[in-house]
Amino acid sequence: MGAGEKNGPPVAAGAQATPALAAEGLTLSWDGEHVIVRDVDVTVAPGEVCCLVGRSGCGKTTILHALAGLTTPVAGHVLLHGEDVTGRPGRVSYMLQKDLLLPSRRIIDNVCLPLVLAGMRGADAREKAAPLFERFGLAGCELKWPSELSGGMRQRAAFLRTYLMGADVTLLDEPFSALDALTRTDVRRWFVGVAAELGLSALVITHDVDEAVSMASRIYVLAGAPAAGEPSHVAGIVPVNRVASESFELTDEYLAAKRQVMALLG
Amino acid sequence: MPAPKPRPASGPARAQAPTRARRVLMPLAAVVALLVAWEAVVDLGVVPNFLLPTPVQVVAALAEDAALLASHSLTTLAEAAVGLAAGVALGFVFAVLMDRFEAFYLAFEPLMTISQTIPTIAIAPLLVLWLGYGALPKVVLVVVSTFFPITVSLASGFRSVDPDVVDLMRTMNASRWQVFWYAKLPAAADQFFSGLKISATYAIVGAVIAEWLGGNAGLGVYMTRVRKSFSYDRMFASIIIISVLSLGLMKLVELLQRACMPWKRAERNSNER
Repeated sequence: MGAGEKNGPPVAAGAQATPALAAEGLTLSWDGEHVIVRDVDVTVAPGEVCCLVGRSGCGKTTILHALAGLTTPVAGHVLLHGEDVTGRPGRVSYMLQKDLLLPSRRIIDNVCLPLVLAGMRGADAREKAAPLFERFGLAGCELKWPSELSGGMRQRAAFLRTYLMGADVTLLDEPFSALDALTRTDVRRWFVGVAAELGLSALVITHDVDEAVSMASRIYVLAGAPAAGEPSHVAGIVPVNRVASESFELTDEYLAAKRQVMALLG
Repeated sequence: MPAPKPRPASGPARAQAPTRARRVLMPLAAVVALLVAWEAVVDLGVVPNFLLPTPVQVVAALAEDAALLASHSLTTLAEAAVGLAAGVALGFVFAVLMDRFEAFYLAFEPLMTISQTIPTIAIAPLLVLWLGYGALPKVVLVVVSTFFPITVSLASGFRSVDPDVVDLMRTMNASRWQVFWYAKLPAAADQFFSGLKISATYAIVGAVIAEWLGGNAGLGVYMTRVRKSFSYDRMFASIIIISVLSLGLMKLVELLQRACMPWKRAERNSNER
C-alpha cells in the first residue's frame, strides 16, 4: 500500500544533494522597469513534486516562463542539476492548463512531437511512445484525433507528450484546473502516482490551493500585487504531510496544510 | 410545497436538423418552380421571346452548340487554372514573408486591403491593351484577382496560431521551420481553403471578363459573338456553363480540402455529438 513514502525525500531543501531545479534570487520584469517578481528562491529536489501558489496576476506565469528559459530575468539564475540554464529554452519539460494538442495530428503523433522535433524518424518515435499509452491511461487512443478525446484524456496525452520531452524536470502551469471537479481529482491523484513511479521532479504553478495541496510535498506561497507596484515574493514554504489515504483530500493533514497556505496568501 | 414550474430542458425546443432528402428536394423544387414560371412568362407573351429565350430553347442551344462550347470552355478553364495556380503560389510566398517579417506585414497589409477594392473589370481593358489578345492578359487578370484572397486568408491563418503552442514548441527546441510546418501551416489550412474557394470562382469570372475584352477563344469570346448575333439562348447557355465550371472548381477545392485536412471530419463528428 505504499504507506506514506510520498513525503518526498527528507528535504532539507537542496542543502546537500544538488537540486533538480533551483531558482536563485529570481527578479523579473516585463519591460525592465516595473518589477513583477523580486528575489524568488525555489528549489525542487530530485524526485520531488513542489507547488508554487499565488493569486491570479501575481506573476506566476512570468516565473514559469523564466524557469522554462523563454524569458531572461533581470537578476538571478535558473539552475538545472547545478548547471546554469538561465534564458535557455528546451531544457525542462513544460505543460500548461491548455493541452495545446495540435488538432491536425493524431494523438500518437502529438505525443511524439518532441521526439520528432529532436530529429527522430516518425516510425521510431511512434515505436518508442506506443508502450507508454497503457501506463498513461490512453490505450486505444493512438490513432484518434485530439477532438475525439475528453478533457481528461487530452490532458493525459499532453502529459505523456511532456514526459517524452525527456527532461527529468517538469514545469506545470495549472495543469488540471480546466477539468471538471471529479475528473480533476482523479487526474491529480493519477499524476502524483505516475510522477512517483517515473521519479519525476516537478514544479506545479497554480492559483488553486486544492490543486497545490493535493499534488505537492512542499508549497511555495507567492504573495504580492505587481499591478499595484508591489512585487511578488515568497511569503512562506508549507510542507505537506502526504499521509497515505484513499481520500487524502479529507484528512486533517490536508486541511492543516490548506489552512497554512491560505493564511500566507492573506 | 409548491410544485416546481415545468421548464423546458434547454430553452426553446431545438429545431431538428433537416434530413438529407429535404436538403436536396427543397432547393430542387425551388429551381423547378422558377423554371416553370420563366417558361410561362415567355409562353404567355408577358416578355417577348426575342428578348428572353425560354428554358427549353436554352437547353436546345446548349445541345446544339455543345462541341463549340466545350472547346471554348477548355480554353477558359486552362487560363483560369494556370492563373489560379500562379496566384496561389504568389500568395503563398507573400503570406510567408508577411508572417516571417513584421515590417513586411505592416507595409503590405493596408495595401492588400486597398487593392481588393479595385474592380478587376477596370484593369482588364488595360491588361488587354498592354499584353495583347493572347492568353497572357487573361492569366494575369486571374492572378491579380485570386492572389489577394489567398494572401489575406493565409496571412491571417498563420497569425491565428496560439502563441502558447509556439512557446511550447520553443521549449521543445523546435526550429522556426518546424513551428511553421507543424503548427502554423495546419492552423492556416481552414482559412486558406475558404480563400481558395472564393478564388476559384474569381478565376473563372476573371478569365471570362478578360476574354470578353479581346481574344480569339474562350467563353468570353463566344459570349461577345452570340451577343452580336442576338442569340440570347446561346448567351444563357454560356452563363450556365460558367456557373457549372465555377461550381465544379469549388467542389474540387472541397475535395482537396477533405484530403488535406482529415482531422476536420473528426472535429465535425465530435461537435455533432
